[in-house]
Amino acid sequence: MQGTLRDWRAVLVFVGPALLLYTLILLIPIIWSLGYTLFSGSVITGFKFVGLGNFVQLTQDQKFQSALWFGTKYALVVSSGQVVLGLLLALLYAFYLRKTSVLVRTIVFLPAVLPTVAVGQMFAKLFAIAPQYGLVNSLLHRVGLDSLVQAWLGQAGTAFWVIAAMDIWKAMGFYAVLLYAGLVEIPEEVLEAARLDGAKGWNLARFVVVPLIFPIMISSLIFSLNGTLKVFDSIMALTGGGPGTSTMPLTLYFQKVAFTYSDYGYGSTVALMLALQSLIVTLLIFRRARKDVT
Amino acid sequence: MNKTVAPSRVTQSPKASSRFSKWLSNLPLTLLVLLIVFLALYPVFWIYMSSLKGNLEFTTYQMWALPQSLHWENYLRAWTEGHMSTYFVNSLLAVFPSLLIVILLGVSTAFGIEIMQWRYKDTTALLFLVGIMVPIQVVLLPLFTTFYKLHLLDTRLSLILVYVTFGLPLTVFFLTGYFKTFSREIIEAAIVDGASIYQVFFKVALPMVTNAVVTVAVVQFFFMWNDLLVSLTFINNPDLRTVQSGLLSFVGQYGQRDWGPTFASVALSVTPTLIVYLVLNQMVMKGMAAGAVKG
Repeated sequence: MQGTLRDWRAVLVFVGPALLLYTLILLIPIIWSLGYTLFSGSVITGFKFVGLGNFVQLTQDQKFQSALWFGTKYALVVSSGQVVLGLLLALLYAFYLRKTSVLVRTIVFLPAVLPTVAVGQMFAKLFAIAPQYGLVNSLLHRVGLDSLVQAWLGQAGTAFWVIAAMDIWKAMGFYAVLLYAGLVEIPEEVLEAARLDGAKGWNLARFVVVPLIFPIMISSLIFSLNGTLKVFDSIMALTGGGPGTSTMPLTLYFQKVAFTYSDYGYGSTVALMLALQSLIVTLLIFRRARKDVT
Repeated sequence: MNKTVAPSRVTQSPKASSRFSKWLSNLPLTLLVLLIVFLALYPVFWIYMSSLKGNLEFTTYQMWALPQSLHWENYLRAWTEGHMSTYFVNSLLAVFPSLLIVILLGVSTAFGIEIMQWRYKDTTALLFLVGIMVPIQVVLLPLFTTFYKLHLLDTRLSLILVYVTFGLPLTVFFLTGYFKTFSREIIEAAIVDGASIYQVFFKVALPMVTNAVVTVAVVQFFFMWNDLLVSLTFINNPDLRTVQSGLLSFVGQYGQRDWGPTFASVALSVTPTLIVYLVLNQMVMKGMAAGAVKG
């Protein structure tokens, strides 16, 4: 019987095709992309070896630095929003709605499965100013707050918040479900004991419940950051990185360098920075969290 | 997997008067819940409502007003002039083959890693983790070069290859987790009875993971149907665009002036995901949450 389970030809049949595809389409291109960082040019123009030139260029590239900064700021705001609002929703589900929460949970989760491009178009119309006011501007106009009617997506400052609001709206129900799963695992005796000691409401949440689900919060935050640092669809659909390049994160800058300027070497360098950005932010959160727990 | 066992909480049976005061004190929270539900649903409702409005209604009536009459022709225009019909066919022809392949490869790989006994199984499992962490941008340029050389740019095959490969890590992880909880005795009994390993796979293992397979397939469906980046990168020919990249270009062309057809095309892009979610919501929630916990 052990022979059957150790049959290497069977292993090859089961694992081989997937591993081959995975190696060809993912693993080899990763190494290849690292190689590209030492060159400049494209498949059409040919490549020229530039050594560490691309990395030097990064340090002088204003657009790269502003994209890096925008992306980091955006990710921190959106991920905190997703996890904090997710937590508040989860607390509401677990301690107020209790067993009847399944319907609310399901409804609030819904935006997470909708295509981002379509949702982006919808938000663009919600916040439109021309050729006619969108829902938000017409509401403001109706209640007499005409001074607040503005081109929400045409100004760097407000565009940032519209994109952030959309991505928080889209994902908070998802994080609520993740955190709710953690909340219902807290033994009732623990909560009962805390209540007997006089903890209730906010204090119960702050000093008993949150510390107990802290590990899930951290993994949610890391998962969320991994998504928000790689944000692409939302910004493509809402502003395309504009006005100017004011809402351009690294992913859109990569697209520009790689496919508009056709610089594969520098594009790969930007992509590598994107990977490092995700890795570093994740590690920082992880270390910070470990310190907080101990 | 997440156990969704709700803890048993003690419910007292208070007197009528205190029940009323309790209801009153809960009122703000009830209103809050209603507001949250409204905020989650209204934008979706707004898409469908606006998709049936005539172009003039957007300027002459309030944005939140119901349509004066139902302009179904918006859908017709989105479907024909807006090429949504082409985009739908393209998306279906890219997404469904990809789903089939990623499930087939994912189940067999998970089985091979978790059930079979061999030396590098843990290393292989770890290798599949790399794909979850590396941003897709890192591999786009080498893939673009390869596809260019192999004349695969502007083909559905390029989309399928990338969707399958990037779907594999999650599929493999989800299913190895499932095979872990699997009783090995059943497999051992089948082998003792003389079944070959392939019979074990098809007749014993596969039927037992059907649920997990459907879950992971649904989650992958959302990823693939909603994809923009891959389609935007490898497809340049307007006739081969998928729903999401097509929608983006449609809006670029008509979005400013023709709000009705624009909303109709947004509704068309949203509807398949909405239907899947209406039918399978509990499975979707469980599957996506499990994916996050593993990732």
